Amino acid sequence: MKLGLVLEQLHRDEDDLAQHLLRVSERHKVDHEIYHLARDLAKWSQQHVREIAAIAGRYGRELDPEPKGENTLLEKIREKGSELVGRDAEAGLLLLRDLREAYIKACGVSADWELVAQAAQGIKHMDLLEVAQRCHAQNLRQMKWANGKLKESATQILVS
Amino acid sequence: MGRIDRIAEPWGTRTPYGSGETWPVRVDTHLAEGVDAESVDCWVQTASILHSNGDAMDIAVKDNRIVGVRGRASDRVNHGRLGPKDLYGWQANSSPDRLTRPLIREGGKLVETDWETAMDRVVARSKALLAEQGPSALGFYTTGQLFAEEYYTLGTIAHGGIGTNHVDGNTRLCTATAAEALKESFGCDGQPGSYTDVDHADVIALYGHNVAETQTVLWTRMLDRLAGPNPPKIICVDPRLTEVARAATVHLAPRPGTNVALMNAILHHIIANGWVDQDYIQAHTVGFQDLEKEVAKYPPALAAEITGVPAGKIEEAAQILGHAERLLSTVLQGFYQSNQGTAAAVQVNNINIIRGMLGKPGCGILQMNGQPTAENTRECGADGDLAAFRNWSNDAHIKDLARVWNVDPMSIPHYSPPTHLMQMMRYAEDGSIRMLWVSGTNPAVSLPELRRIRSILAQDRLFLVVQDIFLTETAQLADVVLPAATWGEKTGTFTNADRTVHLSEKAVDPPGEARPDLDIFIDYAHRMGLKDKDGEPLIKWDSPESAFEAWKECTRGRPCDYTGITYGKLRGGSGIQWPCNEENPDGTERIYADGKFWAHPEYCETYGRDLITGAPVDPTEYKALNPEGRAIIKAAEYVPPHELPSQEFPLQLITGRTLFHFHTRTKTARAPELQAAAPDVWVEVSAHDAGTYGFAEGDLAEVTTPRGSVQAKVRIGGIRDGVVFLPFHYGYWDTPGRHEPDGAGRAANELTITEWDAASKQPIFKTAAARISKVRSGAGPAPAPTNTASAPAGDFPAEARTRGIPSALADEEIPGQGTHGPADGHGGSGTDEREAQL
Repeated sequence: MKLGLVLEQLHRDEDDLAQHLLRVSERHKVDHEIYHLARDLAKWSQQHVREIAAIAGRYGRELDPEPKGENTLLEKIREKGSELVGRDAEAGLLLLRDLREAYIKACGVSADWELVAQAAQGIKHMDLLEVAQRCHAQNLRQMKWANGKLKESATQILVS
Repeated sequence: MGRIDRIAEPWGTRTPYGSGETWPVRVDTHLAEGVDAESVDCWVQTASILHSNGDAMDIAVKDNRIVGVRGRASDRVNHGRLGPKDLYGWQANSSPDRLTRPLIREGGKLVETDWETAMDRVVARSKALLAEQGPSALGFYTTGQLFAEEYYTLGTIAHGGIGTNHVDGNTRLCTATAAEALKESFGCDGQPGSYTDVDHADVIALYGHNVAETQTVLWTRMLDRLAGPNPPKIICVDPRLTEVARAATVHLAPRPGTNVALMNAILHHIIANGWVDQDYIQAHTVGFQDLEKEVAKYPPALAAEITGVPAGKIEEAAQILGHAERLLSTVLQGFYQSNQGTAAAVQVNNINIIRGMLGKPGCGILQMNGQPTAENTRECGADGDLAAFRNWSNDAHIKDLARVWNVDPMSIPHYSPPTHLMQMMRYAEDGSIRMLWVSGTNPAVSLPELRRIRSILAQDRLFLVVQDIFLTETAQLADVVLPAATWGEKTGTFTNADRTVHLSEKAVDPPGEARPDLDIFIDYAHRMGLKDKDGEPLIKWDSPESAFEAWKECTRGRPCDYTGITYGKLRGGSGIQWPCNEENPDGTERIYADGKFWAHPEYCETYGRDLITGAPVDPTEYKALNPEGRAIIKAAEYVPPHELPSQEFPLQLITGRTLFHFHTRTKTARAPELQAAAPDVWVEVSAHDAGTYGFAEGDLAEVTTPRGSVQAKVRIGGIRDGVVFLPFHYGYWDTPGRHEPDGAGRAANELTITEWDAASKQPIFKTAAARISKVRSGAGPAPAPTNTASAPAGDFPAEARTRGIPSALADEEIPGQGTHGPADGHGGSGTDEREAQL
């Protein structure tokens, strides 16, 4: 059974998404909604990492239950940097880049969860299916958030 | 006729009445010293502009001056009553420091000029920016205090003429969550309630709604029910011991920022006990299963840990709500300006929905407004919505609006939701909005994190136009200042929080060269050469009444249908509730009476947002979820506030208002009776916290958050332990700093956090971590009112209690009674004919 491999990849992708959202948050501290929401949504992915690790043992994978932490010193430097360039219009392009990346990463995670859910149904593992459905629902909200922010931010940044 | 000090007794004399009876009339009057009703030249019809209740009144005019006001007995809203702000606030109109000439910045200073020069400057900059960058360089920030005709004109200019997406009102700060919560639950703005529900309700639940201070006359109505037979039970959710809390059957005082946890627990208990209307849920709603699943996670015991409200009290409140036969729910800033504002307000809607308590006498929801004309800012499309509740993500609606305006649909920006204020400030900060036109509001005092706001507004690269009646803190930072006429000096209509439309007629001329806001906007449109697609002027109206007629056409067939209203119909009688059209020629007291909503995918104002992330719901998703347009039950998980108390900042700061002032005091501080009642800022702490920090009443304290600090005298009051309260009204125009602190800060918004609710985009003014320390001992009590939520907790010298200055004496006339003495049972039912004539 190859499910363990998929879970391992999902574990990595969720962790990666969490890290990216934290970086987006730090880099765009002056865009307050993005700062707060990206952090909140990173926590969802971090929780998913824990849940995947908790269930992956059954599928032959030992995965780290702890999501990668934040580098607080680096974070502070990035936040300060964000404040310094916050009045520079070029920072807008970086924001679009970062949101696009968040959207794509979330899409990848979404595909991972679909794979897991399909497999869970095939082998009738209801607890795995329950985890997949619950986490995937949150993942879709992350995806829609990134996409929505991208659309909402694009016009002003690109035409001004 | 009785005389009464309405500063000492803000709600006046009781006229008790019972369930289902008509609220008795009581006519309140206040006239200038030496003027009596007989010597007044004429009475001119209007309604209150100093709060959202919409109390109807007549202005007394003598020698082309406003000399007083009198409540309109025939009006459905107030039955003759007026609150203190209305009784005294009119005096601000004739303040000697009104703006009377346009100002322009020359050599760093504002100097007087003529209209031609000022408007030329505004138009030249607008045109240059349009040529250089396009419409994205221009932003318009308006208020909740202009008239419908003015908002509609502004919205048409900005959305249909300039083509910018950057239009919002300061309603973003007070009422955005009311609108959003209604849109989320019912697909459209519009209050599913009426003030007359107070006459019938057996339970009135007030969520973060200090009605006693924000809408004194509505509280008077509730007090009269409480004093009569079969009084309603009152549920109050508020961390302060407000007058509402004192009168409540159950008072829940949650930790700031935890409203969703509290609401979920109340819903948990209601659903777990089966106190729901399954037939109604089946027939008229979608989403109940999601709610059931979500609130199952919030047993009262768990919520008690989060909120600090004992589980027993949560259950007691749920029990009362669950057994109510006629439930009226009202909501205001305690929910809207707190963490998760929309999610919390939507849970209030959910209680009425799952109990089937909508559209019947006594059964309603009033997601209240904070400002007198906020409803118009919303419906006219001057606040981040499109005119007449059209849906920006529905192409058919854009096409229809383009038809009304006779413009190309592509010239109306609808590629994303209209830009909300906090985002506009961000664009001004990053330099992409380069001209901001502020009308009738004072962001340099009312927005969060003032140091940031001042630094944005003061930028050289931002061209700031301010249209106002006084040289506010914001106006002092402007490049061009346009002097406006205000209430009583111009004509127009406005709509209160229960959809009642009132006409406000011009009583006197504006001072000097000040002009009505409508005239200023129309002048701008013509100077800009804004045209429709046939080359005709975009703005085809030239007076308040012709603007109103144009607005009516825009509303035809929409939920806020005004087509059955005329100025003539509004004259003389009572205000009228929309929708008012051929089908409902006298207006509509209760919407959603038959379980039919305005939520159909083709008709609704919005497809909604994710309550947590704020992401817009996709149209196809909405259609799949709600194809028939039922009420939408939306659940939400509790998310803790982002700024929680820490070792460095161990307390929680909330800001708010007091009965005697409105907004940044531009008018109320210029009415001597109101100013004397609450002359300066104070900070409220609980007796327990006063003990911890060694405070006595009246000590000078410094309140600090990561954004700044403010000094204020301490009032030891009935607030929740661990929470401090600052009124937000006090800025700098009457201090040496004039627009900024000169030494210690005074404005509460020096301290507030730049953060907003992701769904409604309303800033969070009520959840900041703070610390407090003593600066020095005081010599007397804090300058805080003693007959409101800021009432002192302990012993207090009688002579320092709030009372009016001599001119605060006002008249009260209760038909059939004639005196202002306490009524004994059925006020208003007497038959004394001499007194019965009004």
